[in-house]
This record gives sequence, structure tokens and C-alpha cells, in this order.
Amino acid sequence: MKKIVIILVVFFLAIVSAVLFLRTNETQQPLTVQLKEKYSKKHIPSVDHSKFTSLQKNFAHPQEVTEACITCHTERHKEVMKSNHWNWEREEYVKGRGIIHIGKKNAINNFCIGVEGNEQSCAKCHVGFGMTEALSGYTDSTNIDCLVCHDNSETYAKGSEMGGAPDPGVDLAKVAQNVGKPKRTNCGVCHFFGGGGNNVKHGDLEKAMFEPSKEVDVHMASEGVNMSCVDCHTSENHMMKGKMYSLSSMNRNRSSCEQCHTESPHEASILNEHTLKVACQTCHIPVYAKVNATKTEWDWSTAGQLKNGEPFEIDDKDGNHTYLSIKGSFTWGKSLKPEYIWFNGTADHYLLGDTVSDTSKVLKINTLNGSYSDPESKIIPVKVHRAKQPYDPVTKMLIQPKLFADKKGEGALWKDFDWVRASDIGMTEVGLPFSGKYTFINTEMTWPVNHMVSTKELTVNCIECHSRNESRLAGLTDFYMPARDYSSIIDSSGKWIVILSILGVFLHGGVRIFSASKRRKGN
Amino acid sequence: MRKQVYIYRSFERFWHWTQAFLIFFLAATGFEVHGSFVFFGYQNAVEYHNVAAYAFIILIAFAIFWHFSTGEWKQYLPTFSNIKAQINFYLVGIFSNAPHPTKKTVLSKLNPLQRLVYFALKVLVIPVMVISGLLYMFYRYPQKGGMAGLNLDSVEPIALFHTAGAFALIAFIVVHLYLITTGHKPTTNLKAMITGYEEIEEDDTEKTAAPNEETKAETIEK
Repeated sequence: MKKIVIILVVFFLAIVSAVLFLRTNETQQPLTVQLKEKYSKKHIPSVDHSKFTSLQKNFAHPQEVTEACITCHTERHKEVMKSNHWNWEREEYVKGRGIIHIGKKNAINNFCIGVEGNEQSCAKCHVGFGMTEALSGYTDSTNIDCLVCHDNSETYAKGSEMGGAPDPGVDLAKVAQNVGKPKRTNCGVCHFFGGGGNNVKHGDLEKAMFEPSKEVDVHMASEGVNMSCVDCHTSENHMMKGKMYSLSSMNRNRSSCEQCHTESPHEASILNEHTLKVACQTCHIPVYAKVNATKTEWDWSTAGQLKNGEPFEIDDKDGNHTYLSIKGSFTWGKSLKPEYIWFNGTADHYLLGDTVSDTSKVLKINTLNGSYSDPESKIIPVKVHRAKQPYDPVTKMLIQPKLFADKKGEGALWKDFDWVRASDIGMTEVGLPFSGKYTFINTEMTWPVNHMVSTKELTVNCIECHSRNESRLAGLTDFYMPARDYSSIIDSSGKWIVILSILGVFLHGGVRIFSASKRRKGN
Repeated sequence: MRKQVYIYRSFERFWHWTQAFLIFFLAATGFEVHGSFVFFGYQNAVEYHNVAAYAFIILIAFAIFWHFSTGEWKQYLPTFSNIKAQINFYLVGIFSNAPHPTKKTVLSKLNPLQRLVYFALKVLVIPVMVISGLLYMFYRYPQKGGMAGLNLDSVEPIALFHTAGAFALIAFIVVHLYLITTGHKPTTNLKAMITGYEEIEEDDTEKTAAPNEETKAETIEK
């Protein structure tokens, strides 16, 4: 007996010490701490471009800077010319359409509609110069604008309506000598202002993201980890990871939270189980447009009103345009709760020339595919932008009008305010018919919300979704969610069975007490 | 003649009260998960509910072992003899202080209605709750998880069965809590389930004095 006890004690101690030993071996820093360390390290450039003699000169044209870049970076221009930033389009497979090229050339957006015919103005956000005519035939590598992405002096700026050329005031030599890894300012100058103003398009990408607080964006917070865009949107040979489904269609090359945080980042397994069907962003971005408003509605049908023959604007108290003669009426929203959809990473788009026969339904400019039953789908937060867009009721196509021109008389809507003429010229430029008639139809565009990740404390609560009333996921009705959903038959019959049991019990008990007291009196 | 009899043994009482507590706790947490009210906090409610569920399953495992090793399972075999008299008693006799139509003995603690209801609980409601509960816990979107063989596309049928069972249990508890007052005195049954002893009508053919723990099982198996 004594022997057995000793053996058991020894065995027990061996297990305990083994467990303790293995545990101490595993005590690593939590992943978030490791990540914080990794991304807090300052990037130290390997070269100082100000020491290169080829950059120490007065550049007469921006193209000369590009030539100078290529003398050392001999292959990079080829990479850029293959990139989306240069081509503004991708080759994609879209179900029902096959393999197509899709991009700003043939897709329509819910804002300024499209770039065709408006290149001079739109090129302010193209990584090239000299975009004075149609996008095609863009083959001159010296037209690559290296500086817009690689300027680290923060003095570079593109000129307005100059076909992508830098502002004449820019000191090109200074910029060329201060190039480096892209900073938030390089990306933000275009991506924060898409749609013609701060935060117009995305809602989660805006100028507040240049120096955000932790509440605005936990990753990019200047007093926090202070990450830059390219920390997540890594690139290989100038191909950036991540893209927007305003133009993308395929489930590939996506930038994701999981690439750093893994698919089960929570301590509680009950939370990790959600990651199969719920994207990180859904809970971790409770609101977007946290600092400045984003455009939620755009009604083109009211454009063209003039005061004393002159265009005018109306602003709200925050200085956001609520009416512009050139563009119509707008609605803005700040600190918005996202809408939620199922998304499997594939999308379809309205492309120039597509016909729309049923105008009673809202036309989806981009359709993000997904459903509960699709194993690839997850719930994601989105901004839905709603609009009224010009439409040709005879050809049944959306109209791409000519919007921009230098001066009056060229038929541009923004100068002459003539829808018919602007539509005629615009549609001719893209090679599509225009009947001469126009009306406006309801459209909507879906923008996944991926940025402005909140701190842990501000994460969406369980009951913001798991609740009977006002569930954030009230719109997703193709699945059963505990607390939100119930069978009214089971719940009401269950309630009645319990109520009737209670009533029965009280009735029976009452009669018992009554008859007992009667008996006592009788006795 | 009435005599004190040891009718509920210690494990039985432990099982009964633990089960009672767990059912109340599972109902409270479960209906919070169902969205009926907010009390523990949603995540807590789910986690507590899962822990209590495991505790319940362990308790059930022990109870099954106990029922078979002691032969007590026979107490729950439904019988239809005397069932009419029993119904009659609850509907009529009870109000005129008529005697219980079924004699309570150590070998037959349950009247025919109790047998029927407890049998239904044991073979229907509890298994439905355990099975649907386990499926609820481990059902993880069969398309990707390992439960494709079940061919379930949604947690909905699981949840609905589980909810229906929960309502049935609550209705049972309401009636049960009332019916325990229908013993010899209103508190007789409650005291018996707490102390184990109950004063019952003596039956000459049966040994009614409390046997000591060691020999009891044997006595019953005879």
C-alpha cells in the first residue's frame, strides 16, 4: 500500500513538473505585443538619395526625374506599367461575363460617374503625367510619376486639371532627393479625397487618417503603433496587396486582418468561432466616418440650377456641399453605423453599355456576391452610397456625360449645364449611342469598410447583433441567429403552456385551500 | 399506522437538488441567449450556459449509473393500473381530503402519473435537450466543419427543438413545484427530499426501517 502511494505521488509530481516546464517554454509574448514591437520599428532607408549626383540638378520637366530614376532602378518602370495604379484596370473573371478588362475605363461609379472624357481632371490621381487624351495608348515610361508615391518631403503636389503633371511650384530636385518608402501622405492625397473631396467616397479613408487618434484608428494612431498604409498593403514588384470592390471582381490579392492577426485571435473560443462567418471588421469597426462626414447620397437630377445665370453652392454648417449646380444635391453622414452584407470576395459591376430594363428596382453599380449558405462568405460592414444617375430611357443605358472642360461652349456639363449635349458628347466618346432623351434612376454602390478599426473597448457588443430589436444584422435574414431569431409559434405556444400551467396551479391550489377551510368550518 | 421511512438516499437527493439548480440556471442563462432578457451579459450567459450544460451531462451520467446499479430505474416504468384513480384524486378527491389512491413505498415511490411524467422527462425531454444542446454547441456551419454528415444547413432546427424543450421543462417545474404540496401535509414531500425520510403508511409486507447504506441496494434488488 505504501509503495503504491509513493509511486502515485512520484507520478503526480512528474506530471505537474512536466506541465509547468512545458508551460514556461510556451510563455511567448501575446501576438498583439509581438506585432506592436514589429511595427514600431522605424524604417531606416538603405540609401540617401540626396547624395546621388544624377538627382542634383534642375529638372525642367517631371519626365526628366523619371528618366533619372530609371537610370538606377532599371526595371521598376516595367513593373509600374503593369500595375493597377498605372493601368486603372485589371484583367478579371466575372461570372456571367467571362474574362474581361475592368477598371476606370469601362466601369461606372456612383459619384462623378466615370473618367472617360474627363481625363484632364481625373489624372490628378493617376500615377502618370501627360494624360491629355484618352487613357489608351499610354506607353511612354517617362510619363510615370514616381514622385507622387515616393516623395518623402511632403512638398510634392499634382496640379489641378493638368493631366497629372505636378504643380508648377514644386521644387522637383528637392523632391527627387527626398524619395523613399511611401508614407500615409503619399497614399492619402489620392485615396482620402476620391470623389472630389475629403472622405467623399470611402467613409473610412479621409484626412483624419493622416494623424489619427487611437479612437479613430488603432493601427495608424500617431500616439500608438503609427502604422503606414504600406505596412498592411504590402507590395511586390509594385503590385499592391488589397483592392477596392468598387472596381475589383475576383477573390484574390486581398489585404486582410488575418495576415497578421490569424484567424483565431481571441482568447475566448466563443469569439473565435465567429470568424468562420463574420469578418473582423464587422465587430471591430463599430462606426466609420468618425471625424469628418462622408457622402451618403448624390442626386444628379437637381444639377444645373443657376442663380442669375451663374452656378452656385449651398453648404451645411460643417462646410460640406449640400448642393452644387455642377453636381446636384448631396447628403452627408458622420459617425455612421455600417450596413452589413454577406461577401465572398467576388463582385460584378455595371459596365458602360450594359442595359437596364427594370428601373423600378435600384440599380446596383457594383454587386458584392455572397450568402449565408456560401461557405466562402463572411458578413462584412459596408457603406452604401445611394444616388440618382442620368439614364437613357430609350437605349436603357446609364449615361456617361462629358463633365469637365476648360471653358464654356465645349459641351461639358460643368460649364454649359446642358444634359443633352453633355450626354451626347460623353456617350460618343465612349462609343455608345445616345437617344437624346434622359431621365434619372436610383442607383447604389457598396463600399466595404475596412479602416478606422476601433480599440478593443469600443468593439461591437454581442447584443448589438444578438438582440430582438435593432440588431445590426437585422437586414441579413437568410440565417438563424440566436437572440435575434425565434419561431413565433414555439415561443407563443411555449409561453401559453407556462401561463396556463401557472393559472391551473393557482386555480387548483385555490380550490384546495377553499375546500379545506370549508371542511375545517364543517368540523 | 404511519412510520418514518428512509425513502430518498443521499445520492438521489444530491442528484435531485443539483439537477434542480442546474435546470434553473440553464433556464436563466438559456433564455438570455434566446434574447428574452438581459441579465448576465450575453457572452457570460453563453459561457455559463455551456459550463452548466457540461455539469448537467456529468450529473446525468452518474444518475444513469446510479439508476441501473441500484435498480431504481424500475421505479420509472410507466404503469396504467390505477391511473384513472390517480387522475380522479387530483381532480376530485384531493378537495375532499380523500386518501391517496396509490400507496407510497420504498419500492414504489411514484404514483402512476408521476411515473408517466418522469418517464417522459427521462426518455424524451432531457435527451432532446442534451442532444440538441450538444449540436447547438458543436454545430459550426457544417459546410466547413466536421459535421457535414448531419447535413444541417442551419442552426435553426436545433435551436427550435432546444427552445421547445426549455418551455416544456419550465411548465414541468411550475406544476412540479405545486404538486409537491399535495403530500400528506403540504411540506411532507419537500422535507422528504431534503432529509430523505418521509412518514408513510406502514405496510407489513415490506421492510420499512431505514436500511444502512451498504445493504440497501441488495434489499431492493431482491
